[in-house]
Amino acid sequence: MSVQIWTYIFVGITFSLYIGIAIWSKASSTSEFYVAKGTVKPLTNGMATAADWMSAASFLSMAGLISFMGYDGAVYLMGWTGGYVLLALTLAPYLRKFGKFTVPDFIGDRYYSQIARTVAVICALTVSFTYVAGQMRGVGLVFSKFLEVDIFWGVIVGMAIVFMYAVLGGMKGITYTQVAQYCVLIFAFMVPAFFISAQLTGNPIPQLGFGSKLVDGSDIYLLDKLDQLHTELGFAAYTSGKKSMQDIFFITVALMVGTAGLPHVIVRFFTVPKVKDARISVGYALIFIAILYTTAPAIAVFSRTNLITTVNEQHYEEMPEWFTTWEETALLNWVDKNGDGRITYAPGQAIVGNPEINRANGKIIRGEYGEVTLLNLLTSTENELYVDRDIMVLANPEIAGLPNWVAALVAAGGLAAALSTAAGLLLVISTSVSHDLIKMQFKPDISDKKELFFARISAGFAVLVAGYFGINPPGFVAEVVAIAFGLAAASFFPAIILGIFYKKMNREGAIAGMIVGLLFTLAYIGFFKLMYPEYNTPEYWWLGISPEGIGTLGMLVNLVVSLIIGMIYPDPPVEVQEMVESIRYPRA
Amino acid sequence: MTDDNLKEYWAINIRYVLILISIWFIVSYGFGILLAPMLNNIQIGGFKLGFWFAQQGSIYVFVILIFVYVYLMNNLDIRFGVQETEEDS
Repeated sequence: MSVQIWTYIFVGITFSLYIGIAIWSKASSTSEFYVAKGTVKPLTNGMATAADWMSAASFLSMAGLISFMGYDGAVYLMGWTGGYVLLALTLAPYLRKFGKFTVPDFIGDRYYSQIARTVAVICALTVSFTYVAGQMRGVGLVFSKFLEVDIFWGVIVGMAIVFMYAVLGGMKGITYTQVAQYCVLIFAFMVPAFFISAQLTGNPIPQLGFGSKLVDGSDIYLLDKLDQLHTELGFAAYTSGKKSMQDIFFITVALMVGTAGLPHVIVRFFTVPKVKDARISVGYALIFIAILYTTAPAIAVFSRTNLITTVNEQHYEEMPEWFTTWEETALLNWVDKNGDGRITYAPGQAIVGNPEINRANGKIIRGEYGEVTLLNLLTSTENELYVDRDIMVLANPEIAGLPNWVAALVAAGGLAAALSTAAGLLLVISTSVSHDLIKMQFKPDISDKKELFFARISAGFAVLVAGYFGINPPGFVAEVVAIAFGLAAASFFPAIILGIFYKKMNREGAIAGMIVGLLFTLAYIGFFKLMYPEYNTPEYWWLGISPEGIGTLGMLVNLVVSLIIGMIYPDPPVEVQEMVESIRYPRA
Repeated sequence: MTDDNLKEYWAINIRYVLILISIWFIVSYGFGILLAPMLNNIQIGGFKLGFWFAQQGSIYVFVILIFVYVYLMNNLDIRFGVQETEEDS
C-alpha cells in the first residue's frame, strides 16, 4: 500500500479517537471546562502536559533544525526541558496551593489590582496567539505533503478537529485527548528512530546509537564520520557549532524561563488535586518529554548523515524516488549550477528566497536531467541543493528506506503533536477572555452557564484567528514558537516568582515590570523580525544577542524595574502578605 | 504549628531549591555551554563530553533533580506536619 493510503488510515483512526473522546468528555461547568474540576491524576497530568508541551515544532521541526545546527541545537534541547526544573521547584506547587483557574487570576489577586490582571491577560493572549500560529502551520504542512491537499485545506481540517474537542470538552476533553495524542506521537517518533539507529549503528536505542560505531565496516564512530563529512564539504564540524557562546547562553535561558512562564503549561498544574501531585506531575511530564528530546538529537545526526551520503556528488538521475517526490513540493530542490549533472552540496544558500517551481499551463517544466526547474535567481555559492529544514523528520523514513507505514505513522504523530498543543493554547485564550476579562472585569455576577457559553464562543473565535496565521505564517514553525518564549520569559516569569518568593513585592512594581519587559522584548523582536529583517545578523544585534535570546534580557529588565519601582511605593496590604504566606505551605 | 516552625520549614525549602538550582545551572550552562569546548577534548565512546552534556546529559540530570526535590519535600512536609490529608483534595 502507498504512503498516502496508510496515512489516510492512521489519520482516520486517530482523528476518530479524538472525536470520540470529545463527545464522551463534554464539560458541564466552568470548573470542568477550565481545570477539569481539579481531579486529574498526576501520571495522567504528566502525560497530558508532555503532549501539551511538545508541539509541531518539537515533533516536526526540532530534529530538522538540530541536524542543520549541530551542537547549536542544544539551545532547543536544554532550553525546552530545563524550564521544568524551574517549574517543579519554584512555581507549580505554590500555584496549585493558590488554587484558582488561570495565571491572570494569580497575578490579579497577588497584586490586588485589576490593571495587573489586565496586563497579565494581554501577555497571555500575545504569547498564546504567537505560539498557536506555529501549530496550525504544522498541521497544514503534514496535510499538504502526505494527503496532497492544499495547506489552506489542511489548516481548515485541523481547525475543525480542534474546534470539536476544545469547544465541547474544555480542559476535561483536552486532557484525555492529549493522553491519546501523547501515545500516538511518541510511538510515531520512536519507531523510525529505532529502525534507523539499528540500520546505521547496529544499536536500536537511538540515545546510544548516535554515540556508536557505524556498521558499514569502517570502524569509525558515527559522530566522527559526520564531523569529517562536514569538514570536507566546508561546513563547521557538527559537534562544535557556529553561534557565539553568549548567544547560545541567552537563547537557552530565554527558552527555559519562557517554558516556566507559559500559561498553557502552568495551567496544567491547576488540574491536579494536591500540592504533592503538582510536584510529582512535573517530574512525570519531564520523563515523557525527555523520551522525545533525547531521541531528537540522534535523529538529527542520522538524517544529516543519510542526507549527505545519499546526495552529495551523486548524479541526479540516480536519486531515489523520495528525492523526486519532495522536489514537487518545493521543499527539496536542485539547481545544476556547474552543469555536471551531479548534486553539489556546500555551505550557503543555493538560491535566492524559497523555491518557486517553473510551470507552464500548470505543468512543471523539467530540466536536462528531468529535475524540477525553478524561477529563483541563483546565488554565487557552489551549493546546488535547497533543503527545507522542516522536512527532515517527515522525509527521514523514506530517506532511510523504511516501509511505507512508518512514513504514514510520522504524519499521524505530527498531527497529534500540533493538535494537542493548539488545543491547550486555545483553552488559555478562551479562559482569558471568558474568565479573566468577562467574569472578573466586566460582569462579576454572570451565571456559570453563561460564562461557559462565553468560554466556548471565545474558543471558537480563537480557532479562526489561529487558522488565519497558520495559512499566512510569519516564518519557520520553530522560529515563530521560539519568539513566544521570549515574551513569556520577559512578562510572566518575574512577576510570578517575585509574587511567591518576595512577600513585599507590590502591584506598582509588578505592573511596571511586566509592561516594560514585554514592550522591550516585542520591540527588539519586531525590529529585527518584522521591520528590518535585512539587519537580522550578529553584527547589528545588541550585545550579540539574537531576537530568540532577547527574552532573557527582557526578563532581567522586568526584574530590575519591578524591584526599583516596588521600593518607591508602599508594601502590599496585610491580607495579600498573608495569602503569600499561606501558599508556601501545603497545609496551613 | 508555630510561626517559628513554619519559618524553619520555608528556610529549609529555600535551601533545597538553591542547592538543586545550582546543580541545574552547573550541568546545563556550565558543562553544556561555558565549559563545553574544554570538555569536548574528552571523548567517551563516540561522544565528545561537552556535546553529550549539551544534547543528552543535561536532560537526564533535569529529570533526576525534579525527583530528588519531590522526595525531599514530601519528607519535609511530613516532618513539619504540613502534608495534605485526603480531605484537602
